[in-house]
Amino acid sequence: MSANALMIDYEFCTGCHACEVACKKHLEVGEGQYGIHVLQDGPRELPDGRWEYNFLPMPTSLCDMCAGRIAEGKDAACVHHCPAHCMHYGPAEEMAALAAEKTKSAVFVPVA
Amino acid sequence: MTSKYYEEHKDDVTWQDGDYTVTRTTTWSGPGCHDGCGVLYYTDKDGKLAKVEGDPYNPFNGGTLCMRCLEMPEFVNHPQRVTSPLKRVGERGENKWEEISYDEAYDIVEEKVREIWRDYAPESISCMMGTGRNACWQVPYLCYSAFGSPNFCLGFLSGESCFQPRSAAMASMNGDFLIADMSQQFEQRYDEENTEWRTPEVIVIWGNNPVRSNSDNFYGGWVVDCMQRGSKLITIDPSLTWLASRSEYWLRLRPGTDGALALGMLHVIIEEDLYDHEFVEKWTYGFDELRERCKDWTPEKVSEICWIPAEDIVAAARMYAQAKPATIQWGLPIDQAVWGIPSAMAINALWTITGNVDIPGGNIIIRNAFDQNVSYNYGFNNLAPEVQAKRIGAEYPLMAKAGFSSTAHSDSILKAIETGDPYPIRMLWLQSTNPIANMGSDAPRIYRAVKSLDFVVVVDMYMTPTAVAFADLFLPCAMSCERDSQRVWWVPLRGMKKVTQCGNVKSDEDIIIDLGKRLHPENFPFDNEIEWADNILKNETPAYGGDFDQLVNKDVWKYPEFHYRKYEIGEGRYDGQVGFNTPTGRVELYNTTMMLWGYDPLPDWEEPTSSPYRTPELFEKYPFVLTTGARSFEFFHSENRQPNTTSRELHPMPKFEMSKNAAEKLGLEDGEWCWLENQHGRCRQILRINPSLDDRVVRAEHGWWFPETEGAEPNLFGTFDSNINNLIPQCDNGVTGYGAPYKNQLCKVYKCTEENSKVMPGYHVTREDGYSKDIDESNGDVKVGMSYER
Repeated sequence: MSANALMIDYEFCTGCHACEVACKKHLEVGEGQYGIHVLQDGPRELPDGRWEYNFLPMPTSLCDMCAGRIAEGKDAACVHHCPAHCMHYGPAEEMAALAAEKTKSAVFVPVA
Repeated sequence: MTSKYYEEHKDDVTWQDGDYTVTRTTTWSGPGCHDGCGVLYYTDKDGKLAKVEGDPYNPFNGGTLCMRCLEMPEFVNHPQRVTSPLKRVGERGENKWEEISYDEAYDIVEEKVREIWRDYAPESISCMMGTGRNACWQVPYLCYSAFGSPNFCLGFLSGESCFQPRSAAMASMNGDFLIADMSQQFEQRYDEENTEWRTPEVIVIWGNNPVRSNSDNFYGGWVVDCMQRGSKLITIDPSLTWLASRSEYWLRLRPGTDGALALGMLHVIIEEDLYDHEFVEKWTYGFDELRERCKDWTPEKVSEICWIPAEDIVAAARMYAQAKPATIQWGLPIDQAVWGIPSAMAINALWTITGNVDIPGGNIIIRNAFDQNVSYNYGFNNLAPEVQAKRIGAEYPLMAKAGFSSTAHSDSILKAIETGDPYPIRMLWLQSTNPIANMGSDAPRIYRAVKSLDFVVVVDMYMTPTAVAFADLFLPCAMSCERDSQRVWWVPLRGMKKVTQCGNVKSDEDIIIDLGKRLHPENFPFDNEIEWADNILKNETPAYGGDFDQLVNKDVWKYPEFHYRKYEIGEGRYDGQVGFNTPTGRVELYNTTMMLWGYDPLPDWEEPTSSPYRTPELFEKYPFVLTTGARSFEFFHSENRQPNTTSRELHPMPKFEMSKNAAEKLGLEDGEWCWLENQHGRCRQILRINPSLDDRVVRAEHGWWFPETEGAEPNLFGTFDSNINNLIPQCDNGVTGYGAPYKNQLCKVYKCTEENSKVMPGYHVTREDGYSKDIDESNGDVKVGMSYER
């Protein structure tokens, strides 16, 4: 069985911080520490006049892939709470296949 | 898709999870927002709230949550919570208190109320609350049924400009309220096989950022869900919101010109013959008059007004009109303009003439679940008709007589406090509202007025600037997880179960019952919050058929049936006939109710009272159009400002925005403290460059105070120092009394220096009688003082 991965369909990430805060609560980390951190690019005007404005939740080295939660039959705290339903959790191959169908996506395989 | 663990507990309301007890319920602020999401509360062995998760089976939020619910335990267990009633021992503003019991507190209230009854009249008491919190039926009931006064309103919310202008426009045009259809009325969400719901082809996001604001029981995530199902967006906003970045068209309008844009879009849709002939013919009244009114609102004219390219206005209008279904999700900027009601009428006309009324994926007619209509009018009938008639604001017939509002007129209450006209207001009851930090425009003027009152009570979760400045008595109220309660806002009906208790706090309901029993026991035939909820479910929610135990311990939430096209099946009118609940039985594009009360029956628009074109001399001095109040993920208005919380970690200081060009011209850099100033006053915030803004627009935050700093005056938790409402007037309303220019002022910006920061606004207002100024239009003089004529 392959490693578990997070697939982030960041075409739909609104930058709302729900994953970040859900994860802080799961890991019980304090101020300035994150298991997943929302990065921002833009708003920035592109040479053709369109606008770039993206958020990307990036797992950090504190991410434990919610191993304890998964073992209890729960789901990952970030995936569970994402109001945009833009995060997915599963075997890396499945997540890579899912990502291939998306316009803006990233697959993370954090090493716990 | 839900995981095994949640499936196993699908039918449980409470269960054990290791050392935690898990409770499935819903939550409604405070703390929180305008929504009532499904949550799983985790309480520990000591009964303390340890963790909050989204309930994956609740159709409203489907397990997801915003950051503010996820961090809720930080606010419930915060060391700054006030956990006992407090009596003021120093002067108002000194922040000196003595802990007392509830009975002692109630003795004081009862004595003061009876004094006011004796020396003045019951109507000399006014009760106010904030927006969103689950106190919206409780506080009105207290005002009418315990104090005997008709003067309930929101916390000095100028022009009642939060949903009420839109509500009045919709009630008069349709006889009903309409909302954007994201399938929220169905328990089986987004289910196109088993419900009639269809994904909107186009969603117009008009003047709001729902993923941040979640306003009016509309969860922002639903828009993203629809985008993932193929909806295309048009976004109307002065700034490039994230939703705007995902839109086919982003119309970057000048703040305060929403009504003009709507008229321009109507013009295009009518003149290009893109409207729904069948619907217009069959179900509307006054289309020819509307067409005539829109004739002059050409895209070229509107382009000049709104600062949007004419071709974009045309293209967006075509895209909206040619899609079916299409829906409009609108927001507060419509209300927060003097021209609020006519603007709302124009937008209501857009979804009407395109035939998107009450169809799947359009703008649907929504009613409160099981006809539970206890809200701002709850208990009003306990007042004698002659007392009802004394409600302040009676000079606005639409509000006072036509039944479109059940609140007094906040600006008129302010004037009554200042002048004693039409009669004195001597006591103020502020429950869950913090007007000088948040809701009241012209905060310095309110400060001066409220200081003059005989008796002020504040009921809130934390000590606030408002409480320090004015309160003679402070009562600590429970948060959502500390109360047994129920609420309806549209759908569904929700139960809220108490799972924890902090100190000696009491629920809004229990405080009100305790007082009501002393003052008017005949109106309080219930002994506690659960009995009151039972009473409402039994008497005001008969179609539900259950009691409170059923609601919180079995149903948790309950959806009523929903039917589309109610006007076709006799569900639109009370008399069971087809059509709408209006005098003509049709959607009134020509609004006969407005006509009857002497107002313009058609949509229209005029320049804001301070604007580059209406007051060019002011624009020379204050060369930016100022818009305020854009929402942050981290805060609900003035809530969530407590130190050492995730909210303050992610958003430590107030920020205002301007374009890179504008900042460079003034020599300002990102991250600098700057003063924002106009003819009304000034405040300071930190500059953040927003490259998407028009160079002539400044966008500032609202609701700031700093609970980590000194509470006593002159600092007052720093609230005046960063309060954008120092720059916004009161009493500048539309002819109906509705609408106020919170989002369309002028200002200038300059860097904070040691020299120009010697006298901070807090000191200036509390020690030097500063601000609250207005320009005397007859001679151009600056008028200072608590009372001025317009």
